Amino acid sequence: MTLTELAGVRSHVVGRVEDVPPGEGRAFVAGGVQVAVFRLRDGSLHATQAACPHAGGPLADGQTDVDVLVCPLHLYAYRWSDGASTSGAAPIRTYPVRDVDGDLVVEIPASVG
Amino acid sequence: MGAPPEVVSPGTVLGGRPAGLETLHLADDDTDARARLVVVGNGMAGARLVEEVLERDGGEQVRITVFGDEPHGNYNRIMLSPVLAGESHEDDIVLNSHDWYADNGVTLRAGVRVERIDTAAKQVHGDDGSITPYDHLVLATGSYSFVPPMAGVHREDGGLLPGVFGFRTIDETRAMLEAAGRCRKAVVLGGGLLGLEAARALQGHGLRVDLVHAMPWLMNVQLDAEAGAILKRSVEALGITVHCDVLATEVLGSGHVEGVVLKDGRRLDCDLLVVAAGVRPSTDLAVRSGLEVERGIVVDDQLRTDDPDVYAIGECAQHRGQVYGLVAPAWEHATVLADVLTGTDPDAAYHGSRTATKLKVAGVDVATMGITAPERDEDEFLVISEPRRGVHLSVVIRDDRLVGATLLGDTRKVAYLTQAFDRGSPLPEERIRLLVDLSDGKAEVGVADMPGDSQVCNCNGVTKQTLCDTVKDGCTSVGAVMDRTRAGKGCGSCKSLVQQIVEWAADGDVTEDESASWYVPGVPLAKPELMAAIRERDLRSVSAVFAALAPGGKEDAKSKMGLTSLLRMMWGDDFADERDGRFINDRVHANIQRDGTFSVVPQIKGGVTTPAQLRRIADVAEKYEVPMVKITGGQRIDLLGVRKEDLPAVWDDLGMPSGYAYGKSFRTVKTCVGSDFCRFGLGDSTALGVALETRFQGIESPAKLKLGVVGCPRNCAEAYVKDVGVVAVGNGRWEVYVGGAAGASVRKGDLLATVGSLEEVLTVVGRFIQYYRENANWLERTYDFVPRVGLQRLQHVLLEDGEGIVADLDAGIQRSIDAYTDPWGQDGGRPATPGQFRPSLPLVDLPKVPVR
Ligand code: SRM
Ligand SMILES: Cc1cc2nc3c(=O)[nH]c(=O)nc-3n(C[C@H](O)[C@H](O)[C@H](O)COP(=O)(O)OP(=O)(O)OC[C@H]3O[C@@H](n4cnc5c(N)ncnc54)[C@H](O)[C@@H]3O)c2cc1C
Ligand code: SF4
Ligand code: FES
Repeated sequence: MTLTELAGVRSHVVGRVEDVPPGEGRAFVAGGVQVAVFRLRDGSLHATQAACPHAGGPLADGQTDVDVLVCPLHLYAYRWSDGASTSGAAPIRTYPVRDVDGDLVVEIPASVG
Repeated sequence: MGAPPEVVSPGTVLGGRPAGLETLHLADDDTDARARLVVVGNGMAGARLVEEVLERDGGEQVRITVFGDEPHGNYNRIMLSPVLAGESHEDDIVLNSHDWYADNGVTLRAGVRVERIDTAAKQVHGDDGSITPYDHLVLATGSYSFVPPMAGVHREDGGLLPGVFGFRTIDETRAMLEAAGRCRKAVVLGGGLLGLEAARALQGHGLRVDLVHAMPWLMNVQLDAEAGAILKRSVEALGITVHCDVLATEVLGSGHVEGVVLKDGRRLDCDLLVVAAGVRPSTDLAVRSGLEVERGIVVDDQLRTDDPDVYAIGECAQHRGQVYGLVAPAWEHATVLADVLTGTDPDAAYHGSRTATKLKVAGVDVATMGITAPERDEDEFLVISEPRRGVHLSVVIRDDRLVGATLLGDTRKVAYLTQAFDRGSPLPEERIRLLVDLSDGKAEVGVADMPGDSQVCNCNGVTKQTLCDTVKDGCTSVGAVMDRTRAGKGCGSCKSLVQQIVEWAADGDVTEDESASWYVPGVPLAKPELMAAIRERDLRSVSAVFAALAPGGKEDAKSKMGLTSLLRMMWGDDFADERDGRFINDRVHANIQRDGTFSVVPQIKGGVTTPAQLRRIADVAEKYEVPMVKITGGQRIDLLGVRKEDLPAVWDDLGMPSGYAYGKSFRTVKTCVGSDFCRFGLGDSTALGVALETRFQGIESPAKLKLGVVGCPRNCAEAYVKDVGVVAVGNGRWEVYVGGAAGASVRKGDLLATVGSLEEVLTVVGRFIQYYRENANWLERTYDFVPRVGLQRLQHVLLEDGEGIVADLDAGIQRSIDAYTDPWGQDGGRPATPGQFRPSLPLVDLPKVPVR
């Protein structure tokens, strides 16, 4: 599903925008890497690593608002802006994600995976 | 697939501003006639000094520059222990943010280390090449973690071997938290306060922990041998292995720590090593700059070093031969020095601090003062030791004066003893009264009896009188009093006492802290006002509530679940459901497990099942390879570890409705066998239990509702300790208890009513449940709700219709009962949202094995 490869970054089409319901997240595999993609209520898209760095919780099952993602297991919150945790845990990795004609395109650096 | 990703986490700045680290103030030019005060060290002493100077209006006379080699704002270092334990958010320990410095006209040079002081030119040199002149210079450089000499602990470049951490800064704490997620086994070196706290925190994160202490007993500085031994038992009871009286001599591992070798030859494997073997004052800057340094930077009673314009405070200072390792002396230094520098009291002097400490170490209360053991022949020594309870109390008396006390595991007498110790006040003839109250069963001395000048907050030196005066001045909420006096803002161990005193002083007239009364954190309204606003504006969805009632219309993830529950209760079928407003459990009608799978608990009303049901459950368990089938404490059967994608098929095959074991809702009714079989049964508890569960199944509520019905007061199904418990008492009569609990709290329910028929039980219980739904706070269980509202009030409202709302309550609960649908039947066939049951941790495709 690779679209382009530019400066060590690969773009992957992982699904359609409508696969992710508003405010929720869904998990995909992008070029061998697990990612969780979120569509917020303000329409913005975000992608993060799929497993929580705290204890491996499924981040796609978390709850969201415009600032943070809350992991369902122990409710640690992570900021969309930089992936940092608001509670002192390790940060999560975020990936660029775009809507290209209704396709969800996630960019994964070649060094990952 | 390449190498693992380089984690480029820039490290968030705690209490920082997005704009950057520097807070520069424009007044720094030559026309400014104010004296220049430069503070080196933005820790607990340095920042407090700045606050104290500003409070004395020092901003008029001095312009302040603070250097801190940590990039953060100022934070409460003491609270790193709860942060490491995952009990506090790091955002909650910020004392002064970068903005605070800017707002107060203080220049903060965060992330800049001062390398050298030119005392002749009166300038400090930063590691960024900057040169800053001063008129007064204050060193508040604190301490650093001491790393005992061990082979292999350092890398070649002098840094610590990866996997080895000190425990002093937020950055180290973050790094340990991050490591705790990956590591399995930790060794902690040091059995003092920090080591014990680190061990407990890591153990709480699921690591196996060995604690190695070089001295013969734990906390040897504060405790005697016997108390140390008791503390060891308490710590071991937490599951931590303690090795005393042995040194670690070598750290193993080349790229990353793999273990430590002890002096006796034993090897302890670990993938995380915490070095908490004491601290040393940070004096290198002072030494390099030619100031007099012994153990710490030597200062006089005005905290002045041997250079008249240079001062030192906090843990880096040595006063009359003493170096302190606690925050209270550091803050006393700051107060005295602020008096001196601002001229508020040019003669202010510091005479040393009491060594009384009150701590909570690894969950155990410890208080010590003075000496720990008798030193002279005529010293009296009284010890009460209860190793089984983890309690050890001792006092040393000399010439009828208290000269030392050690309290472990029970610190109720600390206020009284501290006072006797401080003032040398007369002691009771019966010495044992120093340690226990013999008069009656009530051991605790009420706050009313505490003398006004007894110290409540040791960290900030706040007395009971100060708290009372603050209340009298008009501060009537606990939070406001704490803000004003700073009580409880250090280690926090006195918070509950502060609360009691404030409540006592306000004579029941305490105002709740505003946000404490909000129904959810993201909408600043208490439940009644929130419900009124929702009704008035006809808000039917969670996003509509945020848009209309939240500050800036902003949604808040942690408020969504509570709002969903409330709206569903208020609007029933007319609620506009938004799936992202639900917690994952309520999105897929099952309880999420630690590995991302789910548990399935079918409804088994009243705990009564049939062979056919059991056979179906067994078939499903086999078909879907359910890893564990378990009889629950709620008298039903749990299928644990079901894959998310299998949930609809599992429900379909079971053909049983949901037992709602995942929701904030009505859960179960436990019953006993009752009159049908039991020779003591006075009523048909099983039938009543089934009837209750049929009527109230699945109804959402502020928190879980668990019921029980028993056929006689022998109480075999534990009805006295349920949210609602019904007990048959003979002659067709039933007692209805409410507010019972036997979970994290244990409470016997209160007898709400005794009624004469099954129908009446259903009516009373329905009314209670509806009243609870409408009035309880989010997540407030009945064991808190019932005592808060009071039994009499409940009886007045529910039984005597004292507020004329009984008809509404009955109608309200009936509406919800009518709206009930089984979620498994509903979503099973057709997913409610795309990918509702898609796995959230998809298996990454493995390289394909060639197919033949
Ligand atoms: C399965 C079960 C244990 C068992 O194997 O027996 C259980 C399992 C859990 N309990 Fe429980 N509790 C179970 C009976 C109880 C009981 C006994 C009872 O219901 O009679 C209690 C004491 C009564 C009470 O509720 O107070 C109980 C008090 C708790 C508490 C403490 C609540 C409190 O405020 O005191 C929690 C934590 C919470 O709610 O925050 C909890 C939380 C949990 C959770 C939901 C933790 C979680 O959030 O994941 C566990 C879910 C495991 C799962 O996915 O199935 N569980 N739990 C029991 C299920 C009963 C059922 O059939 O529905
Ligand atoms: C985990 C933990 C738990 C604790 N628990 C308690 C407790 O329960 N009760 C209690 O009373 N105390 C406790 N303490 C001790 C308490 O935190 C200290 O006593 C207190 O922080 C001392 O304040 P300070 O300002 O002297 O030093 P610090 O708070 O360490 O501040 C010194 C600051 O100076 C900076 N600095 C050093 N050199 C330079 C330089 N050359 N240039 C620029 N900046 C520099 C450092 O980076 C640091 O930020 C605890 C400490 C820790 C680590
Ligand atoms: S007691 Fe309840 S919450 Fe605790 S581990 Fe057991 S099931 Fe989970
Ligand atoms: S696994 Fe995500 S918060 Fe614990």
